[in-house]
Amino acid sequence: MEAGGSHVLMKFTIEVGRYNPEGTYADDAKQGAPYPAPWASSPPRRYQSYEVDLPEHAVVLDALIEIREYQDESVAVRCACRSAICGSCAMWVNGHAHLACKSKLQEFTKDGKTRVESPPSMPVIRDLVWDMKPFWDNHRRVTPWLENKPLPPPMQEYRVTNEAMEELIQEVTCISCGCCLMDCESFAVNKDFMGPHALAKAYRYAADPRDDETQKRLGEYSQQGGVWDCTHCFECVQQCPKGVEPLEQILKLRRMAVNAGYTHNAGTRHADAFAESVKHSGRLNELTLLPKSVGFFNVLGQLATLPSAFNMIRAGKLPPIIHKTIPGVKRIKAIFDRVGGRFK
Amino acid sequence: MITDHDIVVLGAGLAGMRAALEAARNGTSVAVVTKVHPLRSHSNAAQGGINAAIGEGDTWESHAFDTIKGSDYLADQDAVEIMCREAPADVMEFEHMGVIFYRNAEGKLGTRAFGGASQARTYFVGDITGQALLVTLYDQILKAGVKVYEEWFATSLYMEDGRCRGVVALEMITGELHLLRAKAVINGAGGVGRLYEPSTNALICTGDGYGLAYRAGAPLMDMEMVQYHPTTLAGSGFLMTEAARGEGAYLLNSEGDRFMKTYAPKMVELASRDVVSRSEATEIAAGRGIDGNVLLDLRHLGPEIVLKKLPQVHEMALDYLGLDMLKDPIPVRPGMHYMMGGVKTDANGATQVPGLYAAGEVACVSVHGGNRLGANSLLDTIVFGRHSGKHASEYVKTVPDSKGGERLLKSEQARISDLLARPYTGETHARLRLELATMMDKYVGVYRDEAGLEEALKKQQDLKKRYASVAVGDKGRVYNQALTFALELGYMIDVAETIIRSAILRKESRGAQARTDYPQRNDAEWLKHILVHFRGDKAPEITYLPVTITKWKPEARTY
Repeated sequence: MEAGGSHVLMKFTIEVGRYNPEGTYADDAKQGAPYPAPWASSPPRRYQSYEVDLPEHAVVLDALIEIREYQDESVAVRCACRSAICGSCAMWVNGHAHLACKSKLQEFTKDGKTRVESPPSMPVIRDLVWDMKPFWDNHRRVTPWLENKPLPPPMQEYRVTNEAMEELIQEVTCISCGCCLMDCESFAVNKDFMGPHALAKAYRYAADPRDDETQKRLGEYSQQGGVWDCTHCFECVQQCPKGVEPLEQILKLRRMAVNAGYTHNAGTRHADAFAESVKHSGRLNELTLLPKSVGFFNVLGQLATLPSAFNMIRAGKLPPIIHKTIPGVKRIKAIFDRVGGRFK
Repeated sequence: MITDHDIVVLGAGLAGMRAALEAARNGTSVAVVTKVHPLRSHSNAAQGGINAAIGEGDTWESHAFDTIKGSDYLADQDAVEIMCREAPADVMEFEHMGVIFYRNAEGKLGTRAFGGASQARTYFVGDITGQALLVTLYDQILKAGVKVYEEWFATSLYMEDGRCRGVVALEMITGELHLLRAKAVINGAGGVGRLYEPSTNALICTGDGYGLAYRAGAPLMDMEMVQYHPTTLAGSGFLMTEAARGEGAYLLNSEGDRFMKTYAPKMVELASRDVVSRSEATEIAAGRGIDGNVLLDLRHLGPEIVLKKLPQVHEMALDYLGLDMLKDPIPVRPGMHYMMGGVKTDANGATQVPGLYAAGEVACVSVHGGNRLGANSLLDTIVFGRHSGKHASEYVKTVPDSKGGERLLKSEQARISDLLARPYTGETHARLRLELATMMDKYVGVYRDEAGLEEALKKQQDLKKRYASVAVGDKGRVYNQALTFALELGYMIDVAETIIRSAILRKESRGAQARTDYPQRNDAEWLKHILVHFRGDKAPEITYLPVTITKWKPEARTY
């Protein structure tokens, strides 16, 4: 990497989260290698600081390459294109998912340093190299290929509008870097969740007019682990370096699924119960929301939520036992009438 | 560990995965070995589009002629004919697989103009065409159940009785060495852009495929033909797609002149890449550049075109230079971009080593000759990827199972242990690589001459000697990148030698080979290919092959 030519150099400090399953390099001393053995005391992970001189507009990846090439060859970091196209260098920068090649050092320097590490929600292989297996497994789960309608005559394309193709391009710009999944709050607590990237991909194929399995797909994506397990935390939208906005694709899939008749699941019941409560009293009745979402006669399902309920009580977040209607609730009802549709 | 497959494909870019898909469709057991994940392949970076004569009034002959003229008549015309004839069906197939190509008002595939082409025949997805094709193809090989060995680094090819019978590869996550035995190997390992600094290429483009095939006995052809792309971003060398000029962008010098009017009055900015790169280099050398760059001006195109059809390059100029293309012209310079030469193959992808096939940038079927037209590289990967997959899957039916290979596996293990154990002398792969790459840019770049090339060869020989004492600064096994970088550097030094020696030999100017001491094209003596053969510790052996001419006789090249 070109270090900057005639540009003015600045000093940056990078704190790298180190991890190596092999522990120390016992051979180092014997070979006389000048590289320090960073795991001499061998804790499972530790931070190691490096100082680099780089041009003012340098990015985190420039620093990591400089370190790896000229200071410490043992720092492991994936990278390829350096220009936010290949998706290799996704990692945690100052505690959130970013592409190292798109993160300007100046913007990320806090208290005189930038901290980089592998994301804690994913298995780590070594240093900044993390195991993307959960990501690719979920990618496969959504049947990520076209199940074609009958092919057009030879040498002819499917006739579709450019608008229909442009509708899909937002997902197609996805570079599979994994930033959305590594900061996804649902995935952090629910490893069954397919994750933002996979569901965005699911939308891309479900909404493709050339696909013949839309109905079947929508059924599959409505199952557990699918579109209704997203909790709208917006982390995926926030962290996506390419503007894919996976949550937007998930919401579009939900609409498609409901319109296609997939309404008998916890997700849609939850939405219905939510709307019903607000229409009735102008506010959310949290006491009835849960049984209505899980199903009134689904005793096991309701019992499964007890630990969360206890936690809420302990944290003083118990909803009021007596549910009151807000003043002027008539106006709320009028809004529902105006909107129409399922919630009329 | 030893594993058996019918076919092992090296590399998971467009060429490798297209070959794997074809072989799987033909009922062979196929495995893909890639040192990254398939979706990190450099095919991702192709922005502008893919050429095919599909539109009304366009013909494959016109596409073939443009390609041959673009090649400065060094391309083999029989191979060009195959590529251009089959292009429409291959592009349509990708549409059927799900690529969301841009459409016209009738809902049919729409085109954009590209350099060196007499018709607008480039089909595209915004400025992420390569990425859109690559992702779709990856999803297709998942559907077809192709086995992918991700983050496995190939260290050598396994030869048995004169045939290529597999690959030895390092599983990077464990550090374990494996022998993948096969009846045929398809090499789709991609280019060697990092041999030059700066380059548009990803850091993974280190010519592993050239080095492996060359050492296994497959000659490399037309290696002197190194393409410089006219518009790479100042400083970093990131690609600013030719589609920008296709959509109407201007090139300006420091005096605000559209200087291409002088060099290519008819085609202006859309002359072929070698012509535009040389014009820029001439302007810069004449003192009409800005800090070694010229300007790419898109301001007159307006936000509708820039933001919809060129969003990625707009974002890159903002991210890496802080410049908004809607308001500012962008400083660009010619930068190393593509290898026209490579492992010599026939139209089936077969190399001169039985059982070894090659496709994509690493191969030289000879469809690009002295200069590749923009948007012909994606086409090359999918047409000849498909051919090699098909032919290899037929070839393997005639080949018995292999039983050997343990000895090679052991010797490779020893080689790597020795490399890891080598005492530290101060030579690092990073320093050597940078020296090599800046030297190549200086002496073997846009303009070349005898003295510079001789200097380059001296320097390369010196680096080759110093390489023997490069030590690896990491002694671990898990994901030891210092080790793989050191191995890559070995391939790069070999490839550099083939480029420099071929450039010294070709005493004329043709396509990307612009010799200031031999400024004219010389068809009488040099209408031929240069082949370089590996000869161990001795200097490589050189042979020549005539260029195949079918119906387009060489003529003067004007744009």
